[in-house]
Amino acid sequence: MSSFLDLLLSHFSFIIEGLPITLSLTAYGLGVGFLIGLPMAILRVYGGSAGGLLVSAYERVMRSIPPLVLIFLFYFGIQTTVLEIPGFFAVMLALGLCSSGYQSQIFRGALESVGSGQMDAARSMGMSRLQAIRLIIVPQALRFALPSWANELATMIKDTSLAFVVGVAELMRRTDYVRAATFDPVVPFLIVASIYFIIVFPITRIVGTWGQEKKRLVTGA
Amino acid sequence: MIDYLGDLLEGLLVTFQLSFTALGIGLILGLAAALARKYGHEPLSLLANAYIELIRGTPLTVQLFIIYFGLPSLGVVFSPTLSAIVALGINSGAYQAEYFRGAIESIGGGQMEAALSLGMNRLQAILRVILPQAFRLALPSWSNEAAYLPKYSSVAFLVTVPELLARSKMVISRNLKPLEVYLVVGLIYLATIATISKILDMVYERYKITVE
Amino acid sequence: MGAGEEAIGDWCLTRVVSVRDVWKSYGKVEVVKGVSFDVEEGTTTVIFGPSGAGKSTLLRCINMLHPPDRGTVFLRDIDLMQAGGKMNYYRSKFGMVFQHFNLFSHMTVLDNVMIGPKVVKKIPQDQAKAIALEALEKVRMKDWRNHYPSQLSGGQKQRAGIARALAMDPEVILFDEPTSALDPELIGEVLQTMLDLAKEKKTMICVTHEMGFAKAVASEMIFMDEGVVVETGSPEHFFANPTNERTKRFLSRLTELYGRHEGERRAAADRE
Repeated sequence: MSSFLDLLLSHFSFIIEGLPITLSLTAYGLGVGFLIGLPMAILRVYGGSAGGLLVSAYERVMRSIPPLVLIFLFYFGIQTTVLEIPGFFAVMLALGLCSSGYQSQIFRGALESVGSGQMDAARSMGMSRLQAIRLIIVPQALRFALPSWANELATMIKDTSLAFVVGVAELMRRTDYVRAATFDPVVPFLIVASIYFIIVFPITRIVGTWGQEKKRLVTGA
Repeated sequence: MIDYLGDLLEGLLVTFQLSFTALGIGLILGLAAALARKYGHEPLSLLANAYIELIRGTPLTVQLFIIYFGLPSLGVVFSPTLSAIVALGINSGAYQAEYFRGAIESIGGGQMEAALSLGMNRLQAILRVILPQAFRLALPSWSNEAAYLPKYSSVAFLVTVPELLARSKMVISRNLKPLEVYLVVGLIYLATIATISKILDMVYERYKITVE
Repeated sequence: MGAGEEAIGDWCLTRVVSVRDVWKSYGKVEVVKGVSFDVEEGTTTVIFGPSGAGKSTLLRCINMLHPPDRGTVFLRDIDLMQAGGKMNYYRSKFGMVFQHFNLFSHMTVLDNVMIGPKVVKKIPQDQAKAIALEALEKVRMKDWRNHYPSQLSGGQKQRAGIARALAMDPEVILFDEPTSALDPELIGEVLQTMLDLAKEKKTMICVTHEMGFAKAVASEMIFMDEGVVVETGSPEHFFANPTNERTKRFLSRLTELYGRHEGERRAAADRE
């Protein structure tokens, strides 16, 4: 029995070394998605019908394309015609773009949840629309967006598992190494499944309820 | 002219196969889990809960590999396509369960009370009162899941299923134009999903009701 | 009261706001139809009438939140419809108090009151803070300055909203049914604050049903129905003998409702 535990432990310690890469992929991917998604949402809500149409189309496209296609597009497609894109970067861009479609939706809903009275109050003091959006609307919208955004975080962590197709040594890749090396088809995957679960599950639980708490504090006004 | 379109469309056919079947499996599993969670006895409800949380808490790729690599060692041999369908189905089921659960909960205890007070038993109430309304309420989010399944099915490529993405790789190995082919593939996915969405939207328009 | 042509030279410098033949539609519905009136400095003008009469819309036309389709509004001698790039600047000369408070929920009361002076008037932090504290003192909300809006009662929120408007040192304050969303026992504190402001000769335009308030401080009352001004005059005129049939009907319904409502308010105040 103890040899089985030793085996488990050695598998685990090998696999878990991929965690930092998984987490940094998640962070960068979400970052790209945020930097594109929030401005897009603002454009859609405040940019008139032209802005709205553009963003709506963008969201559509980014949510429909499979992440794998984008990863391959950046890794193989651009590699040969323009420059070398390392695997990490390709995945970060690909997942970031996909995420931006969802984040744009999330922030759009959040921005719309902030009542129009807030814009009225800000402008009635003489603030320009841009000032109002920056100082009054967006800060409140971010708080509303929290639960949905936590969901997006969880999704991103899971999607990083696709990075293994381009050789990025994150959790999934390392698990596959173990499988190939030991011909053990199940245990490594069960281990990595547990690792993912331990990270993802609390996020959706805790941030979900925390988001509700913050929302109550905020919407009391 | 894009001469490889035919090859790609063959892959699309497989993608449809995967998506459609997985959707069906997911529908059954999802509905069962949602009902079990809401109306089932403790052990059943707990089981349903565990299923939903475990599947939603782990990546689809991991689930796919566990089924593809793991099942043979239990003596169950699935073809790659079948493993993919099973994995996609189980995965979709967990997410569909959440949509159904949300719909069932929005319907509100009042409906169940009304049904029971008429003398129906729980099963009748569920089948005749709760579910019909739940389906209509869940339709928008369910349509979302249905429309995007082809996108999720692309992971089947990882277990050698000859679906759209796999086909595109074959095409590229012949004509060495990855940028072009991947863009075309992206467009195909986009068109497919948009079409399915549109069709489902039309279905929704015809059948939607407002629930009190 | 007509939309007469007046040369700029004739302009009465104590006339703070001049509404000239304002029309506003939402989609195909005409909400404000040719409204004109003047507001003298240091006075309180009360606009009242049935709901849907266009009163809130009119208010938002005055400070150009939603500029009118036709007609214009003068702030002293400035035609606001021609303001162009300086619109935000002129808008800051108006203060506005809302029916639903519209406090900024992610900021403390103090920050809510400070943000106007800081961001719009570009007043440095310390000075802005002093101004804000003074405004809060005036509405008796200074002790609550570090609280968040969600922690306040309706009456406190509204007083904070008034402080926020005051901190900008506006030429005129617009009140959009400031007490309509409040529980009866909370109306008193807000009305008292508004009375204090009127007594200090702040120029105010109030859309309200509070007839007691109007009777006490209004120098002019305007009755609006279905987007038009039906009748104007002093409070005495309205309460003694209004001329128009519609006005009479509305006022009698109002005093009936108001009598009951005043009763509730007095009862609640007595219970304290």
